[in-house]
Amino acid sequence: MSDIHLITNILADDIKMEANRAGFGRGLIEAAKRNPNVVGACADLTDSTKMNGFAEMFPDRFIEIGIGEQNLVTVGSGMAAMGKIPFVASYAAFSPGRCWEQIRTTICLNDRPVKIVGAHAGVSVGPDGATHQMLEDIALMRALPNMVVLAPCDSVEAEKMTLAMAADKRPNYIRLAREATPVITTEHTPFHIGKAYVFKEGADVTIIATGTMTYQALVAADKLAKDGINAEIIHVPTIKPLDGLTITESAKKTGAVVTVEEAQIAGGLGGAVAELLAEECPTPMKRIGMRDRFGESGKPDELVKHFGLDSLHIAMAVHGLLDRKH
Amino acid sequence: MIHGMHKSLTIDELELVANDIRQDIIRMLEHAGSGHVAGPLGQADIFTALYFDVMKHDPKNPDWEERDILVQSNGHTVPVRYAAMARAGYFDRAELMTLRQLGSRLQGHPERTKLPGLETTSGPLGEGLSQGCGMALAMRMDQQHHRWVYVTTGDGELNEGNNWEAIMLAGKYKLSNLIAIVDRNNIQIDGPTEVVMPLEDLKAKWEAFGWHVLEIDGNNLEAVIDACAMARAIVEKPVCIIAHTIPGKGVDFMENDFHWHGYFVQTPEGPELKKVAKEALHELRTLQGKIRSEHE
Repeated sequence: MSDIHLITNILADDIKMEANRAGFGRGLIEAAKRNPNVVGACADLTDSTKMNGFAEMFPDRFIEIGIGEQNLVTVGSGMAAMGKIPFVASYAAFSPGRCWEQIRTTICLNDRPVKIVGAHAGVSVGPDGATHQMLEDIALMRALPNMVVLAPCDSVEAEKMTLAMAADKRPNYIRLAREATPVITTEHTPFHIGKAYVFKEGADVTIIATGTMTYQALVAADKLAKDGINAEIIHVPTIKPLDGLTITESAKKTGAVVTVEEAQIAGGLGGAVAELLAEECPTPMKRIGMRDRFGESGKPDELVKHFGLDSLHIAMAVHGLLDRKH
Repeated sequence: MIHGMHKSLTIDELELVANDIRQDIIRMLEHAGSGHVAGPLGQADIFTALYFDVMKHDPKNPDWEERDILVQSNGHTVPVRYAAMARAGYFDRAELMTLRQLGSRLQGHPERTKLPGLETTSGPLGEGLSQGCGMALAMRMDQQHHRWVYVTTGDGELNEGNNWEAIMLAGKYKLSNLIAIVDRNNIQIDGPTEVVMPLEDLKAKWEAFGWHVLEIDGNNLEAVIDACAMARAIVEKPVCIIAHTIPGKGVDFMENDFHWHGYFVQTPEGPELKKVAKEALHELRTLQGKIRSEHE
């Protein structure tokens, strides 16, 4: 779409690659420059969560918690109580993985604007294996009243998202990936919390993706075009609150919906879209993501393919869905 | 001290307040028909000291920017806080009788968003000290040197690992504006603390994590006030006050019996509950039989 301003050639071999956590790191520094109440805390993963730049520039506003995620988020709640805007970072497997009840009680029920940063989510964490490949974080955070759940498609969007989080008065969760992935948006691509964006218009099927899977969906759309299928691609950076209007309008138009995420589909984006459409606009669906299983060690791209999350598998799923529908 | 109040209450006057608070606790719990009883009674002196002497706060302006902060990590004992807040003027005492009812601001466990003057939401144990650390760190960042964060915790609650993460952090950052008050009443739901999960040597444990520890009789108002004053004067470390209290304090048949830690509803329903409450109130009004006349 003309007002989305993606990069010109998604399929270029020399597409810029960068981990979206790098964008978070830049966004946090910028947010901290704009607002003196922005503070950071980390649980012994300052470099890899990309909080290191902020910590170096603003040492008096950074708290090293050590390896204790329950303490991490709850200290965040206390800082928020005093008017701070705390970004609290760890790996998603540990926060929100370890500290869900603390988030529930002291952040969500208590309604404090703590910004939970979960890095290294998804199977693309790679060789570290299933223990570190967080897949249930979307479900965990989606179930909590007051919580906003975010997953950027690339580093450029992550930077904008981080700035928007600092300005948002609610508890937020941002899901980040370890691996460098294609940068597909530009500084002109819009981002607002709560909005889904039609990255490519189409008429035959709607592919709804979140996080770095949106790139895979766009590549799948190109494959499908060669087979005569015109796919609409919706990027969902805000999984909660879900932009129901954009999704149902597209579902009505195309009559077939595929969701794509690097997470458990139960309770994830797939679950969220299925819940929405079941009530508002029942539509034949296929959910791509992890189906009630854990990941394992391997190379990131190898794992994305192994678990059927790459563009080829998305295209195959679309064919399967359209065959079933007709 | 309550903002705008011109003279402190004497210890004798404070003891009367604590007794009134105990009576309100019994009335509230009887009316509600459920709720923890021993912990609130045991902490009545601590909360009287905090709300009527120790803390800087303003019941008419709960968000006053210069106030001290009280985090009640042991949220299940919130009736003592509600009773103290009502007496201090945060809300009308009649509202105490809405405790645990649908639509009440006085939830079974404290919820900040419901009642002005509560600083946080608590009940799930082990989370108050971490929040206190965050508050103390934020105050330090903002150079608010004349405010303190008080965190009350239970003793059984120290079984929770989250506490020790916070205790370690406060030691690391030398959070001298953080004061923990442990309600050391030796009971938890399944029995005596030293049977369920031994805490001793509790003082040595806190000290090993970099805290200064004061041990006091937590049912002695003067001792509580003095310990808080000393805690504020210690500038190089966070301070933990281990306040030895008698659970159920003031009601002879409840004192030191862990069965009373839990719920009023553990006693038979109906007339029996009323009888227990009546006996408890009688004991409080007569100061456990030490005085004869009983005033309503």
